[in-house]
Amino acid sequence: MSHSAVAEGVHVAPPRPVTRRGGGTGDAVFALLCRASAMLVLVLLGAIIIELLLGGLPAFRAFGAAFLTSTEWDPVQDVYGAGVSIYGTILTAVLALLMAVPLAFGIAFFLTELAPDWMRGPVGTAIELLAAVPSIIFGMWGFFVIVPMMATTIQPAIIDTLGELPVIGDLFQGPPFGTGLFTAALILAIMVLPFIAATMRDVFLQVPGVFKESAYGLGATRWEVMRRVVLPYTRVSVVGGIMLGLGRALGETMAVTFVIGNANRITASVFGPGNTIASIVALEFGESAAGSLKLSSLLALGFLLFVISFVVLALSRWLLRSRLKG
Amino acid sequence: MSATTASTPVPGRAKDPRASAALGRRRARTDAVIRFLCMVATILGLLFLVSILATLLVKGAGGISLRVFTEVTRPPGSEGGLLNAIIGSLIQVSLATLLGTPIGLLVGTYLAEYAGNSHFGNVVRFVSDVLLSAPSILIGLFVYQLLVLPFGGFSGWAGVVALAIIVIPVVVRTTEDMLRLIPNTLREAVIGLGAPKWKMIVLVCWRAAVSGIITGVLLAVARVAGETAPLLFTSLGNLNWSVDLARPMSSLPITIYSYAGSPYEDWITLAWTGALVITLGVLGLNILARAVLRARR
Repeated sequence: MSHSAVAEGVHVAPPRPVTRRGGGTGDAVFALLCRASAMLVLVLLGAIIIELLLGGLPAFRAFGAAFLTSTEWDPVQDVYGAGVSIYGTILTAVLALLMAVPLAFGIAFFLTELAPDWMRGPVGTAIELLAAVPSIIFGMWGFFVIVPMMATTIQPAIIDTLGELPVIGDLFQGPPFGTGLFTAALILAIMVLPFIAATMRDVFLQVPGVFKESAYGLGATRWEVMRRVVLPYTRVSVVGGIMLGLGRALGETMAVTFVIGNANRITASVFGPGNTIASIVALEFGESAAGSLKLSSLLALGFLLFVISFVVLALSRWLLRSRLKG
Repeated sequence: MSATTASTPVPGRAKDPRASAALGRRRARTDAVIRFLCMVATILGLLFLVSILATLLVKGAGGISLRVFTEVTRPPGSEGGLLNAIIGSLIQVSLATLLGTPIGLLVGTYLAEYAGNSHFGNVVRFVSDVLLSAPSILIGLFVYQLLVLPFGGFSGWAGVVALAIIVIPVVVRTTEDMLRLIPNTLREAVIGLGAPKWKMIVLVCWRAAVSGIITGVLLAVARVAGETAPLLFTSLGNLNWSVDLARPMSSLPITIYSYAGSPYEDWITLAWTGALVITLGVLGLNILARAVLRARR
């Protein structure tokens, strides 16, 4: 209609600018809600740090900087130190990565370059499902399946071979309990494996096809393409994925609690029992009265764990930033 | 240039065909060995999953009976079930999801629709990602300090809050990712019709991303349903029938934890049955989440 009016040369008044009714307030309220929720996430992080620090303050005050290095944990004398559990946390996490990273790389390489197409989806999903299995299930499985296996076959075999070697032999000595730092590291390795493998697979898939094709065109084998093209291209993100796995391994609780053996001393052997920060908090919490120095020491340990994982996760995220943007 | 190519038709040193063949064989051999090892690694990875599932089935399936779902936990040797643990878990997980999802949804929306590349947005995104991977036991300690100590005791509510804190970053991540997949032309079309921004987000963007958002919620439920560590210091566990959120509340993971560590044969069997139930539930939710996402694509 308006079209014909224009055609007839009749002057048409331009439409009055519409004032958006409701839109203004609605928009303001909604934007405020979103912004407030985003703010809440920051407040949450701040609150976690502050609450743990406040809770741990009596312990930090009582023991000072020596809390970090002291290996004593004596509820009778009321003397506590973080040394043993920090050692256990870092040792198990690093051992776990040593075992998990080669496996994860193999799986990622297989899923991106080697497997036939029909296999990639289902196998990838199965590996991701491994990441979804609850921690406590890994603990039970570890305790009832892996621990007896370690005690009867794997540990005696290693103790008789590697344990006999000079210098490094001490690392593999001691009675084969089945539980201990090494078993905990093994369970951790299986738990972080899917996280690392999935990240590696995702970054490998981001290598532009032409890069790989030109290498194949020159006659490179698949391993050479992986080694000389894909890995250099994705190096930073791969390290980021490994750090993500490290962050997970450091704070894992229930599975470790089942198999670590719970002892507050540092043994030379990796088969010896030990403790991680998370496992000691989970195991000793029930026996700590509210307001006691022991509870405060556990909260102080929690604070330390939070700082360590925060640094590792922040580093991981920083290394993976290019992937996240891309 | 043509002169040089004419004098040496193949660049580089002159080649000894036998050395080249040996080199080729070595390269092919290395490649084959590594490809074989990669296959072994993948099989090993699958073997772990199969072994866990098989163990659960072998040790847990025998204990499945109606009694598990109709009887509450009882002292060892008196035919108890897991009813209060299952109900307690259902209550805490659903309330935590109800509490955490709206917050996570709004944060994800803020990051995708408002924040852009702003400094504040990047900080929120970073913190949310750190919370996503932060040790869950620390969330439990935090809520213990925040809600258990000042309010005089362990409670179901404290457990709910601890789980909700874990739900938030999972929902944030998927919501933001899914909203970012929506083409900007859709947004421009809605704004061009004169709709206010909040209507654009609620009626169009959320609706377009609904399958992704549901996926995120399902994954969050699956994640918190198996969480044990944050409940140790918050809802504590309760061996009696109780649906009172102001008192300590039972949950499946905590019951499994205490039963698995007990010396009683029937409690350990019950723990395996509970473990089977929870694992099937969690893996089922994960598969469902994938199916939802795939169905809409």
